[in-house]
Amino acid sequence: MRRLALLLCLLATVAQAAPRSGYDDAGPQVRAMQDDDDANPGFLWVQQGAALWSRPDGSASKSCADCHGDASTLRGVAARYPAFDAKLRRPVTLAQRINLCRTDHQAAPALAPESDALLGLTALVGLQSRGLPIAVDAGGPNRPFVEAGEHFFRTRQGQLNLSCANCHEERAGHRLGGALIPEGHANGYPQYRLEWQTMGSLARRLRACLIGVRAEPLAPDAPDAVALELYLAVRARGLTVETPAVRP
Amino acid sequence: MPRPLINVPKKVKRGDAFDIRILIAHPMESGQRRDDKGQPIPREIIHSFLCTYGGEEVFRAEFFPAISANPFLTFSARAVDSGQIVFTWTDDLGATQFDSVEITVE
Repeated sequence: MRRLALLLCLLATVAQAAPRSGYDDAGPQVRAMQDDDDANPGFLWVQQGAALWSRPDGSASKSCADCHGDASTLRGVAARYPAFDAKLRRPVTLAQRINLCRTDHQAAPALAPESDALLGLTALVGLQSRGLPIAVDAGGPNRPFVEAGEHFFRTRQGQLNLSCANCHEERAGHRLGGALIPEGHANGYPQYRLEWQTMGSLARRLRACLIGVRAEPLAPDAPDAVALELYLAVRARGLTVETPAVRP
Repeated sequence: MPRPLINVPKKVKRGDAFDIRILIAHPMESGQRRDDKGQPIPREIIHSFLCTYGGEEVFRAEFFPAISANPFLTFSARAVDSGQIVFTWTDDLGATQFDSVEITVE
């Protein structure tokens, strides 16, 4: 009986093992870059986002600030994304929400994925939640999408026949060539990657991962892409938002 | 091109050294990469940078292709008089850009 209790305790600790942010795996120089808002290049995009925030756009000639007021009123919002959209009956990412705002309320064309404008606005909204715990909703209408995302995460694919979990769960902390394999938590997007020499979204990072295992990269608005982003957010619960993060 | 992020203290005591930090938004294309069609991407880097304080040169740098995108510079100067700190940089396209901040010396 006691042995069983011990085993249960052990299982509980394994299940609750705290997720490890990519920040903790980065070198001291990269961490210093992220910690210093003047040295963090992500703030160049935040600055562009702040300029766009108060600029009227579209045929409605409304700015983000006209409805939302100061960007700081969106504190905590990014921590809840991807969130379920009742009208579309599916979860949407923060970048998709910004574009929905543009098309529905500003009557402006959607911003292109990976454009400086969209990354800037997403980084600005993300920054308002910096330091807050990730609070995405895993239940309710999101549940089937979380399950679809987890299924994608655990399915082997590509010519290398690897699943996300093969590397980022089973081999996290080990090395791939010279590079450390992180747990792959998406808690700082959009983020500045030194490898890219620019800011990028989680969708871009996922495409790079899929190309890495020689699988078909996900289309920007593929349902699986959002489901995977949602599952990654659920998986990263326990970490805080770091947007705009800096990674090697 | 977005404006650079500049960090200079607003007020400094006369005679004290202070840090000047600037993060410039620039792609710093090295000229050694090729595009999807195999064509070389022309070099486009900031090649010279100058900082003046009260009209006097305090820092000058030449940049080369190995400098990363969005270069971050930090250097220091000694507070003499209140005045303008002006940053000027020129890239391969020939565009000279500048930005400035005011500093109060007391």
